[in-house]
Amino acid sequence: MRVNFTVNGRPQEADDVWEGESLLYVLRERLGLPGSKNACEQGECGSCTVRLDGVPVCSCLVAAGQVEGREVVTVEGLADYAKQRACASDACGTSLQNAQQWQAKGDSHTGEGTELSPVQQAFIDAGAVQCGFCTPGLLVAADEMLERNPTPTDADIREALSGNLCRCTGYEKIMDAVRLAAARQGEAV
Amino acid sequence: MDFLRPASWEEALAAKAEHPTAVPIAGGTDVMVEINFDHRRPEYLMDLNRIGDLSEWEVGEESVRLGASVPYTAIMENLRAELPGLALASHTVASPQIRNRGGVGGNLGTASPAGDAHPALLAAGAEVEVESVRGARRIPIDEFYKGVKRNALAPDELIRAVHVKKADGPQQFSKVGTRNAMVIAVCAFGLALHPATRTVRTGIGSAAPTPVRAKAAEEFLNAALEEGGFWENGKIITPSVAKQFADLCSASCNPIDDVRGTASYRRHAVGVMARRTLTWTWESYRGTRRTTEGAA
Ligand SMILES: Cc1cc2nc3c(=O)[nH]c(=O)nc-3n(C[C@H](O)[C@H](O)[C@H](O)COP(=O)(O)OP(=O)(O)OC[C@H]3O[C@@H](n4cnc5c(N)ncnc54)[C@H](O)[C@@H]3O)c2cc1C
Ligand code: FES
Ligand code: FES
Repeated sequence: MRVNFTVNGRPQEADDVWEGESLLYVLRERLGLPGSKNACEQGECGSCTVRLDGVPVCSCLVAAGQVEGREVVTVEGLADYAKQRACASDACGTSLQNAQQWQAKGDSHTGEGTELSPVQQAFIDAGAVQCGFCTPGLLVAADEMLERNPTPTDADIREALSGNLCRCTGYEKIMDAVRLAAARQGEAV
Repeated sequence: MDFLRPASWEEALAAKAEHPTAVPIAGGTDVMVEINFDHRRPEYLMDLNRIGDLSEWEVGEESVRLGASVPYTAIMENLRAELPGLALASHTVASPQIRNRGGVGGNLGTASPAGDAHPALLAAGAEVEVESVRGARRIPIDEFYKGVKRNALAPDELIRAVHVKKADGPQQFSKVGTRNAMVIAVCAFGLALHPATRTVRTGIGSAAPTPVRAKAAEEFLNAALEEGGFWENGKIITPSVAKQFADLCSASCNPIDDVRGTASYRRHAVGVMARRTLTWTWESYRGTRRTTEGAA
């Protein structure tokens, strides 16, 4: 079957999709977006987390046919998504012209060449990335939490990230990264 | 495999009548795991996400009509006052990502003895609204669970909503697992005080082939509370009464040994949860009584 939906702001058409296929498979194998990771295919690890109409979900548990006509944001589109959100709330700190130039630099679909989002930068700065397999899912989940809750407590962060497993870091650096992103977000406003 | 996309409830009923083997998919958090692991290859998958009404709820006089696909997240965020037991249970399901998709309709569809909504629904009192092209009916929750992962739905029926009684007193939900998030219950317990009818109702998860109420324990406690005038005097429940209640709850289990726990551990844990949830809810009942009396 054919599935039409929007990914990272762009209309996409996936063809020859098997009816039992997951959104994760379509993203990775049919649309060339391998950012969302496949580690468990059973909702346990969160490494496949994307936003479906704004809501964080495990893309391995969404049937491809269920996304017809809907909007998906993956880690590849996260920087662009964060940028647009900042500009919409008038806190982007760049002129319209700058923003347009910045958009022209990168590819909003694959994320290549774009500046990192604040959460992505914070993960690097805090040393929260080791093997990196869990990172895309954590970034999408953390970014969504900061959108809803700009001043999270440690308990809020743990709760929001409780569906994302990391086998490398022991989570402390991830906590640091999210606190850092929240603090920077607070300064920027 | 065929993918069916009914755009309305009527279309869905028609499709289910035409293809009774079609597997409905709502949040997909049970169905997709089975498909990903090749445990299930349905001839037809039927997406329910297009049917907007299934994700809506209405708060009525007596009960809440909860659409089958309302996700756990929405229950936690919006229905904590009306359905405290179900809201607490919802919060223990898996992770935010799963709670954003999964809901009570899917939990009832799967009818796993470990489903967390079940003890809360049994304790609160609920009816499942199901429908087919032949007509609609309401199944009392006590008659819904028919066996391990079997429910009372006919092949052509779909779950439209669940009517859950609004709380008229304190409710609690308790679950034993190895950690706080992302854990299937070793066993679970729901308890609701119903001061309006002077009754207590329970629900037990993962400790029998189906979710069950501890009926003998409820009857004992209802009689003991009535006899001692506890509902009026608001006294602390006598420890011997609480213990007898807990023992009867343990006795109403029919658990198995499995990877998550042994039968004897489950029986023990259900007793502990029964005593604790009774204490918590009763304390809270006494607290509200004091405030109302204080105000009078
Ligand atoms: C990682 C993980 C952790 C989990 N942890 C928990 C947990 O802690 N507690 C818990 O209770 N569950 C847990 N689950 C199981 C699952 O999330 C729940 O059972 C959830 O309620 C299913 O809802 P859904 O909408 O996703 O169902 P789906 O997967 O869409 O459907 C489940 C079943 O119900 C049927 N169905 C769905 N809607 C209807 C309808 N309207 N009418 C008739 N049949 C219908 C489907 O055909 C299917 O058989 C977990 C699952 C995963 C993947
Ligand atoms: S791959 Fe989807 S949750 Fe692990
Ligand atoms: S960095 Fe390796 S799994 Fe998290």
